[in-house]
Amino acid sequence: MTTQIMPNCETCPAYNASSLKKLGVSAEGADYVIALAGNPNTGKSTVFNALTGLRQHVGNWPGKTVARAEGGFTYNDKTYKLVDLPGTYSLLSTSTDEEIARNFILFGQPSVTIVVVDATRLERNLNLALQILQITDRVVVALNLIDEAERHGIEIDVRHLSRKLGVPVVPMAARQMQGIPELLDAVEQVARQKIATKPHRVRQTDAQLEGALNTLIDQIEAIYPGLPNARWVALRLLDGDESIEQAIRDNRLGNLTQPAVLQQPTREPLIAVEAIS
Amino acid sequence: MTRNMGEQPKPSILDTAKQLRAELSDDYHDKVMTAIYADAAQIASTSVSRDTQKANLTFDRTLDRILTHPIFGFIAMGFMFLVVFWITIAGANIPSQMLSDLLLTHVYGWLHQAATALSLPTWLSGLTIDGIYLATAWVIAVMLPPMAIFFPLFTLLEDFGYLPRVAFNLDRLFAKAGTHGKQSLSMMMGFGCNAAGVVSTRIIDSPRERLIAIITNNFSICNGRWPTLILMGTIFIGAMAPPALASLIAALSVMTVAVLGIVFSLLVSWGLSRTWLKGETSVFSLELPPYRPPQIWRTLYTSIIDRTLIVLWRAIMMAAPAGAVIWLSSNIMLGDASIAAHLVNFLNPLGMVLGLNGVILVAYIVAIPANEIVIPTVLMLTMTLGGVAGAQAGVMLELENAQVYNVLTQVGDWTLLTAVNLMLFSLLHNPCSTTIWTIWTETKSAKWTAVATFLPIAMGVAVTFTTTTIAHLLNLV
Amino acid sequence: MYKMSSTLDQLQRGQSGIVTNLTCTGSNRRRLMDLGILPGTSLTVELTSPLGDPTAYRVRESLIALRRSQAQEIEIEPITADTPEIDLSTESTETERS
Repeated sequence: MTTQIMPNCETCPAYNASSLKKLGVSAEGADYVIALAGNPNTGKSTVFNALTGLRQHVGNWPGKTVARAEGGFTYNDKTYKLVDLPGTYSLLSTSTDEEIARNFILFGQPSVTIVVVDATRLERNLNLALQILQITDRVVVALNLIDEAERHGIEIDVRHLSRKLGVPVVPMAARQMQGIPELLDAVEQVARQKIATKPHRVRQTDAQLEGALNTLIDQIEAIYPGLPNARWVALRLLDGDESIEQAIRDNRLGNLTQPAVLQQPTREPLIAVEAIS
Repeated sequence: MTRNMGEQPKPSILDTAKQLRAELSDDYHDKVMTAIYADAAQIASTSVSRDTQKANLTFDRTLDRILTHPIFGFIAMGFMFLVVFWITIAGANIPSQMLSDLLLTHVYGWLHQAATALSLPTWLSGLTIDGIYLATAWVIAVMLPPMAIFFPLFTLLEDFGYLPRVAFNLDRLFAKAGTHGKQSLSMMMGFGCNAAGVVSTRIIDSPRERLIAIITNNFSICNGRWPTLILMGTIFIGAMAPPALASLIAALSVMTVAVLGIVFSLLVSWGLSRTWLKGETSVFSLELPPYRPPQIWRTLYTSIIDRTLIVLWRAIMMAAPAGAVIWLSSNIMLGDASIAAHLVNFLNPLGMVLGLNGVILVAYIVAIPANEIVIPTVLMLTMTLGGVAGAQAGVMLELENAQVYNVLTQVGDWTLLTAVNLMLFSLLHNPCSTTIWTIWTETKSAKWTAVATFLPIAMGVAVTFTTTTIAHLLNLV
Repeated sequence: MYKMSSTLDQLQRGQSGIVTNLTCTGSNRRRLMDLGILPGTSLTVELTSPLGDPTAYRVRESLIALRRSQAQEIEIEPITADTPEIDLSTESTETERS
């Protein structure tokens, strides 16, 4: 199976318009589609409001009784569509919210996923951030509530955190509108692929498990060269995730390999990411 | 299980996965989670440094100790909601008066002058000005001020992080009632608007528990019903107290009905979870977020835009056609009386048994689209049918509280019992049509929509019948 | 040293413990793990509801309320109350990694 390369460039608007449409999002009129993820109580909706102002639209996810907010903004002459994902603690359980958020990040292939993280509860929030980093490498971490963290005597080495996570980290206090310009800038850089991200990928400490994973990753990458998240797909398959199995059967996974320009599949996803960018 | 055989390479991934999965131990998911959290902890510990001197959560801790204290916790809860109601009642009075002066005296007068100048036929000016315009103006004057005060106050509590504490305090009651812990949150949303409350039950994953939350959401007094309670509480109950205490007593009476709503909500949940909707109570965990200083301006802005104006708009959309219906039914004669009079006379015997009257029951039929128009309809019908001098048929007039009291007691023969029963009936009756529609779209079940619609009416009939019977037996009225 | 194993609901306010095992399965188990409650995690009892149940625990700096039935499914090893919780969480995860 060869990868389909669309006639347009990889950063052109809505190259994945059809899969977005299935998820109920029309990419029409927007240069980039941005997803907004995060734990509950992290000020995610404050970030959403700060970015979109009154340009919001509230509806439902297709076929689901889960509310979806969508908004838009313009930055440096480019238009962005921002999709607010349900607030979740994880993407590994089976709740509807998690499924929606997971499917959007995986199949919607947003140009950037902003993960809003609570600076006062970094460890717990990193659980979700690390899970998202396994699915997509186009991530910006919004380190929100930094003012509250300071009040509680918590200081965060943002550069170190950014280096560890391999993606831009923007400290902010969305309630005070602090950090919004920096966030927009980081989003733009990642969307236009001006910076190379090297997302942190979680390794398994269990040798047997890691071995099983690698066997599966080899096989996945042989069939889907350029798939940006082979390790994560392998993890989910070993967990018996039915929706991922289905995605393999109906070849939705194959579509995710675009914009693949790689000729040779690599074992190491990190290198693949760099090669693309 | 469909599987492509042979040539296609894709299913082989699934086969490999299946094979590998069989070899792995059962604690696969645990290992994956442990690995993620190990990395998260490692990254967090090397990125975060703490100033242990500053690292105290004294404020949050102290506040939490008070707000969840066995005694003070409930006192604080009652006090906070009482203050919210009291500010709403006391604060809404003056702007309501100003609005009704403007809309119901001046604008109303100008419109009639204009109609005369344009020599509109009386039926047309009657239908548009006395029917549609007045109903709409009434709703704005009665609803806008309390809503513009109540919603921001409620949002401030929400913003501050207090509502999860209420859920935490009351959780055991909900657990005993066999419901999901998050039901307390959807219940609280219902205090603003039941349709919004029903939508908010989506946070409950288990279909059984979600149905219970949907059916009982109507026991949260919604915004459209506050004006009825506030008016009754003010002119019948508050008025019995010395003037200085009047609004406090009125607020207390309103709060009593609201608390009664919570009690009914728990009782009905308990009943449902033991009969029709039996099942396991699902486990949930509630996060208590830190207290955050509310953003006053942002809150004012969003709660006025998002909640107040949207709810008001909906009420106006409902009030306008209702005004037309009221005017027409009061002016179209069937035999010797208007349609409205026939209806009122027909329902009066039932109303009397319930300690209400035919006018109130007709008003509740008219107000199915929006509860906000109950009081305007009651007043209009009482005056027209009671033959108040100067009251044109089907005209909703501007009245001050004292006059409302006089009209109701002298023309409508109301007693304290009527007012109390109206307050109870306002709590226990069918949801408004928007809520019924929302229940249908959320459940897609005619059966449960019907249950959610008729169960509260049956309860309302039973409760008001009981209070009336007791009052008569004890010769209280 | 303190090998006295017990369940989370046994802890009094202010006391801490380290999770040794989760006895629940399925989605309940996953939910707890999503919240960061897994073997090696330290918890401190912070608040008890005025009606006696649920109880709020400090876990990885968050305050999470669990009903008693859930707490009974979390086996812990109690630790002395005066040890600062922050050190414990780092320590426990560090040992987990090695």
